[in-house]
Amino acid sequence: MSEIKVIDAINKALEIGLEKNPDLILLGEDIGKQGGVFRTTSGLQAKFGEERVVDTPLSEQGIMGAAVGLSINGHLPVPELQFDGFIWPGFDQIINHITRFRTRTRGRYTTPMVIRVPFGGGIHALEHHSESMEAIFSHIPGINVVIPSDPYSAKGLLLDCLESKDPVIFLEPKKIYRAIKQEVPDEHFRIDSKKARILREGNDLTIISYGACMYDTKKALPEFLKEYPIDFELIDLVSLSPIDYNTILKSAKKTGRVVIINEENPNCGLASELSATISEKCIKYLKAPVKRVTGFDVIIPLLKTEDHYLPTKTRIIEGLKEVINYK
Amino acid sequence: MEKVFYTHDPRVNSVFKVLDKNGIIINNINHGITNTELLEIYKWMIRINAADKKIINLQRQGFMGTYPSVQGQEACQVAASFVLSKKDFLVPTFRETGMMWAKGIPLKSLMLYWMGNENGSKHPLDTEVLPICIPVGSHLPHAQGIGWSQRLKKQEEITLCSFSDGATSEGDFHAALNFAAVLKSRTIFFCQNNGFAISTKTEKQTKSKTIAEKAFAYGMQGIKVDGNDVLALIIALKEAKEMAKNNTPTLVEASTYRLSDHTTTDNAKLYREDEEVKEKLEEEPISRFEKYLISLKILDQEKINQIKEDAKKEVESISKEALAEKDPELTEMFDYLLEKTYPELELQKKALLQEYSNQ
Repeated sequence: MSEIKVIDAINKALEIGLEKNPDLILLGEDIGKQGGVFRTTSGLQAKFGEERVVDTPLSEQGIMGAAVGLSINGHLPVPELQFDGFIWPGFDQIINHITRFRTRTRGRYTTPMVIRVPFGGGIHALEHHSESMEAIFSHIPGINVVIPSDPYSAKGLLLDCLESKDPVIFLEPKKIYRAIKQEVPDEHFRIDSKKARILREGNDLTIISYGACMYDTKKALPEFLKEYPIDFELIDLVSLSPIDYNTILKSAKKTGRVVIINEENPNCGLASELSATISEKCIKYLKAPVKRVTGFDVIIPLLKTEDHYLPTKTRIIEGLKEVINYK
Repeated sequence: MEKVFYTHDPRVNSVFKVLDKNGIIINNINHGITNTELLEIYKWMIRINAADKKIINLQRQGFMGTYPSVQGQEACQVAASFVLSKKDFLVPTFRETGMMWAKGIPLKSLMLYWMGNENGSKHPLDTEVLPICIPVGSHLPHAQGIGWSQRLKKQEEITLCSFSDGATSEGDFHAALNFAAVLKSRTIFFCQNNGFAISTKTEKQTKSKTIAEKAFAYGMQGIKVDGNDVLALIIALKEAKEMAKNNTPTLVEASTYRLSDHTTTDNAKLYREDEEVKEKLEEEPISRFEKYLISLKILDQEKINQIKEDAKKEVESISKEALAEKDPELTEMFDYLLEKTYPELELQKKALLQEYSNQ
C-alpha cells in the first residue's frame, strides 16, 4: 500500500497495463516526454519507448480515428484527449464508429479502448477546459462511461476498464487529480467498473454523486450532519453508462429520499435520468421528490465566477435539507 | 520498369496510363499480368456491372433501400481487390459493391445489407474488409490506424482505404494522411475521383489541379492514374503496395467518372448535361479493356456474349437467394451492442419480445 493521489493512481494503472499487455498503446498530445499537461503519463515513455507511449500530431479526430484502426487490428489503444472541451473533433469517431463497429459487424470487428479525458471544472483554467459533458457520452449506445472519485477507485477502475472488450470513456475529475491522498494497493487490482459503490450504508437519505462532486459532497456533509444527524447512504455512481440501477433503486426504496449531486448542465442530464428512473420505479416508496443539485444551464463561466456555477457547499446543504425536511 | 510513382509526377500534370481509348498499349509498357489473370479481371468487371444493374432493378421494384451504383468505376473496383491479398485490409467507402465482392464478401451479403437485412453484415472470416463507411471520409483515419498497427506488429499485410473526391475536403482526409506519414502506416489511400460528390463537381471541391499532388504536402508520394484503365491502376497499386510493405504510405488518385446517379434517390440530370455523360461513356473502362483483350485474342464476340450471359445468370440466382432470406431476429438489435448485456437492456429486450408475442 502507498498513500497516493489520483494522478499517481492513474499513472500506476497505466504502467501496470503497459507491463501486462504488450498490445496496449498510449497515444495523445504531449503525453511522452512532457507526461501530458497534467503529468498523468509522466515517465511512461522513458520506460516503454516512443512506439508505446506516442506523441501524436495535434488532432483529436486523428487520435480517435487512429484508435479505431489500432483496436480493430488487435492493439488496445488508450487515447488521451487533453481536455473535455477539445473532444469534439474526435466525437464523430466516438458516435459514428467506436460505438457501432461491434453491432455493424455482428461482433466480427470490435473497438475496445479506454478513452481518457480530464473533465469538469474547479481548476480555474481557460475557456473550453472545464466542461462536464458526461451526459452526452452516456446517451450513446455502445460505450461505457466511467468516473472515479478518489485515488483508490481511479486505479482499480482504470485497471478494470483496461480489461474491457468494449470501448470505455474514462472521465478523470481534474479538480481532484491532486486534492486527495489515499492508501492504494501497489499491485494490480480491479474494481467493477459497471457497479456503483456504496461508500456508506444508511437508512434515512440516499445521496448519489460522482467525480469531483463526491469530494465536494463529502466536504459539505459534516456541516449538514451537525444540524441533521441522520443515517445517510452515500453512493458513488461510478458507471454512468450503463447505470447500476440495482444498487440505486434498492437504496431509493430503502430510504425513500434521494439527492443527486453533480456539476453538469441539468437539462437532459445524468441527474435527470436518475431522477426519472427512480420516480418511475420507486414512486410508492418515495417520501420526497428526488432532488437534483447541479450546475446551471449556462456556459461554465470564467474563473472569477466559476466556483459559483459549480454546486457550492451552500447549494449542496440546501438540497439535502430540502429533501430531509419534506413532509 | 522504373517506378511509375517517380516517372509520373502529378504536380506537372502527368497522368499514368497504359491503355488508350482504343485499347492499345501506350509506349510498349509491360504490365506483367498473365493472360489468365487478364481474363479473370475482365470477367470481374462484367460481373460487377451485372450485379450493379440487378441491384438497381431490385431497388426500382421496391426490394432494396437506397443504393449507390458503381457504374463507370468497374476498373477501380477490380484493380483494388486484385492487388490485395485476403489478409490485407480493405477499408471501403459506400460505393464499393464490386470491390468488396471481389475481395471476398459474397454478393448475397452485400445485397442483403442494401435490403436492410443485417444478416448481410455477417461476413466470411477469411477476408479482412471493414463495413462500408457512410459519413464521408471518416474511415480514412481507421485505415491509417490499421496500417500503423500492422507496422507495429510487423505484419506482412497492408491496408487499402478507398474513398472519393468529396472525402478529400473533410478534416479526416488531412488527419489521416498527416498521421500516416508521421507514423509510417502501411496504408494506401486510394481516391476514386469520379467527378462528383453527389452534385458537386470536383473543381468546386478543391482548387488543387489534382488530388494526388496533396500527398506531397504530407511528405508522401502521390500519383494520378487513369481510373478507367485497369492495367494502369493495377501497376500503380502494386507499386503502392510494395511501398506500404516498406512502411511508406501513398496517395493514389484514380481519375474516373460516375456514370450513374449518386444513389437511387438522386437524379443527376438536375446538375449535369446528357452530352457530358455521353462523352464520358466513350472512356468507360470495360469496352477499352475488352478491345485490348480482343487484340490479344483472349476474347472474341462469342466469348464476350457467353461471359455476359453467365454473369447475368449468376447475379440472377444470387439475388433470388437474397430475396428468400429471412429477416434478422428481432432481438438481434440488442445482441451485438456490447460484449455483455446489462439489466436495463434486458428489460427493454423483454418489452420488445412481449410486444411481438402479443401480436
